Amino acid sequence: MPDETKPPASSPPEAEPKPTADKTVPLGGVKATTSGSVQSEAKSGEPGGVPLPGTPPTPDPGLAPPPTSPPLKAGSAPAAAGTPTAAAGTPAAKPAAPAKPAAPVPTAWNSPMVAKLKAQFGSGMEALTYLGQNYMTVDRSLIPEILQVLHNDEQFDYCVDVTAGHYPQREKKEFDVIWILYSYARNERIRVKTQIGDGESIPSSVPIWPAANWLEREVYDMFGIKFDGHPDMKRILLPEGWKGHPLRKDYGILQQDNEWVQINLGIESGQ
Amino acid sequence: MTEPTSSLSHLDVEEREKPFLDANELVINMGPQHPATHGVLRVILRLDGEKVLGLECVIGYLHRGVEKIAENRTYAMFNPYVDRMDYVAAVSNGLGYCEAVEKLLGVEAPPRAQHVRVILTELNRLTSHQLWLGTHALDIGAITPLFYTFRDREEILKIFEKYCGARLTTHAFRIGGLQYETYDGFEKDVKNFLTFVAPKIDEYEELLTTNRIWVERTKGVGILSGQDCIALGVTGPVLRASGVKWDLRKAQPYANYKNFDFEIPVGQNGDTYDRYLVRMAEMRQSLRIIQQAVDALPEGPIMAKVPKVMKPPVGEVYHSIEAPKGELGYFIVSDGSTQPYRLRVRPPSFVNLQALDKMCRGQLVADVIAVIGTLDIVLGEVDR
Repeated sequence: MPDETKPPASSPPEAEPKPTADKTVPLGGVKATTSGSVQSEAKSGEPGGVPLPGTPPTPDPGLAPPPTSPPLKAGSAPAAAGTPTAAAGTPAAKPAAPAKPAAPVPTAWNSPMVAKLKAQFGSGMEALTYLGQNYMTVDRSLIPEILQVLHNDEQFDYCVDVTAGHYPQREKKEFDVIWILYSYARNERIRVKTQIGDGESIPSSVPIWPAANWLEREVYDMFGIKFDGHPDMKRILLPEGWKGHPLRKDYGILQQDNEWVQINLGIESGQ
Repeated sequence: MTEPTSSLSHLDVEEREKPFLDANELVINMGPQHPATHGVLRVILRLDGEKVLGLECVIGYLHRGVEKIAENRTYAMFNPYVDRMDYVAAVSNGLGYCEAVEKLLGVEAPPRAQHVRVILTELNRLTSHQLWLGTHALDIGAITPLFYTFRDREEILKIFEKYCGARLTTHAFRIGGLQYETYDGFEKDVKNFLTFVAPKIDEYEELLTTNRIWVERTKGVGILSGQDCIALGVTGPVLRASGVKWDLRKAQPYANYKNFDFEIPVGQNGDTYDRYLVRMAEMRQSLRIIQQAVDALPEGPIMAKVPKVMKPPVGEVYHSIEAPKGELGYFIVSDGSTQPYRLRVRPPSFVNLQALDKMCRGQLVADVIAVIGTLDIVLGEVDR
């Protein structure tokens, strides 16, 4: 995996179709691809990983004119790249790598509404802006109340979406649950995000927005997050009785509930 | 909606309303293989004679795990997949996806690309509405509109085919702009089409708007108030027919819609007939937009500078557009790698379909067909 992510970074034009093409093949095998790419994010900024000890001067222009040195390495380095030598090279090049894109960072989101909510809920929430989009990260314990306040007092009357994300690398709170809200009166869109752990449940927002009904069922179906107080908490897209929640990161892309397939479809496998 | 949570317990015999208590009560199953469900939608109906007491939708027959696929493809590789969700409005899906990724990457498509995008997207809105009209009228018993709309829709598909080689799943846009420059005679084709189709829309209206059978079958059927729409998250023409003047092209303009002059048609009664009128008016507005876009089509590049290997910076973005069926949103989480860490599609059909139960209660079985038609769902998008 690390070998594959390297070429795109070091020799742009022709090399990269290969890794992507390669990826399609192994994806069946392991869901490791995604988690792999998570790690590669740390590594991939680092074509510096490639420069062997002999080329310390290059890191500066390192990324911009890679053609000078990488061609040699592209051939020779990948074999050795993952090995200790790479580790030696990395620290030197690291500062150069992130400099490439002036990546935007989330900044604080200040508004009268946020001030009001902060006064009410205190430190349990953090309000940020990224790419002009406002969102707040709130503590799990605030969840029904803050949504209720947003709906009743702040006119967020339209629940656009309820969804989730799985971050298995986080220790306790593996899941993000996200509400995307919109206010017709203010023409404003915000996101509310909270974190919960595996096996934990979260209060349903159906009493606040009936629209959340199917959306929460889909989150349950795909991630296995239960919503307390939901009127009909069951699967929606997958058949009842299916085992597993496919959008979890540990669920492989070709994985399926073979037992269900054999019993209900009468075939050996769905592949 | 006044009693938000009660809608789900309608299959519970204890809970039903007293006036409906009757030995004739019947639970029947409609679909998933049924011509009027527009795909593989299964509806479990609880009936008292011909009257609908409640219903429950069973969906997922067309589930392909699009969001899971996205996590295993690069940003560019996933682009063709979005065409397969709402397959009668593939261009809109592509526009929403490309713009979401562009936002994440911090690039903007050049003006010429934006104009061509608007032209193709609005043409696609027309095809979607035409297909809706033909099939919806067919469900209700008017066969002729189907032939008329499919005949005229063909002209748009020909333009798509000449432009990008595909008629339905077009994959017309690329992240950062367009893959193809327009072909010779594109503008002429589009202008010819506009003059060709304007009288045709009048023709559809002549067939239906004052047709007594049509009016009887649609007026007062499947009423949804503006408040109910908002509570249930319903968007698109269904929302506008209930009197809420809200269109993302105006409310939060994307692409370059703010440069074009058009109106948002709204209805008053929120019934099937008003939804029909709103969509007919929308078709005419689309023609207006296309006319302006093609008249002012600028010269210039069609692709912004986009890295060959797209690695958007770590972060999240939500971007939504006004698809023919409502708000189509993409929520993308990037971890800085070449593949989305998480990609969520907010499908308009899926959310709108939730309102079916509310709209059908107290109506007749035959009206369920009309209401499914008027919601304009595409199961490929409901199930993804």
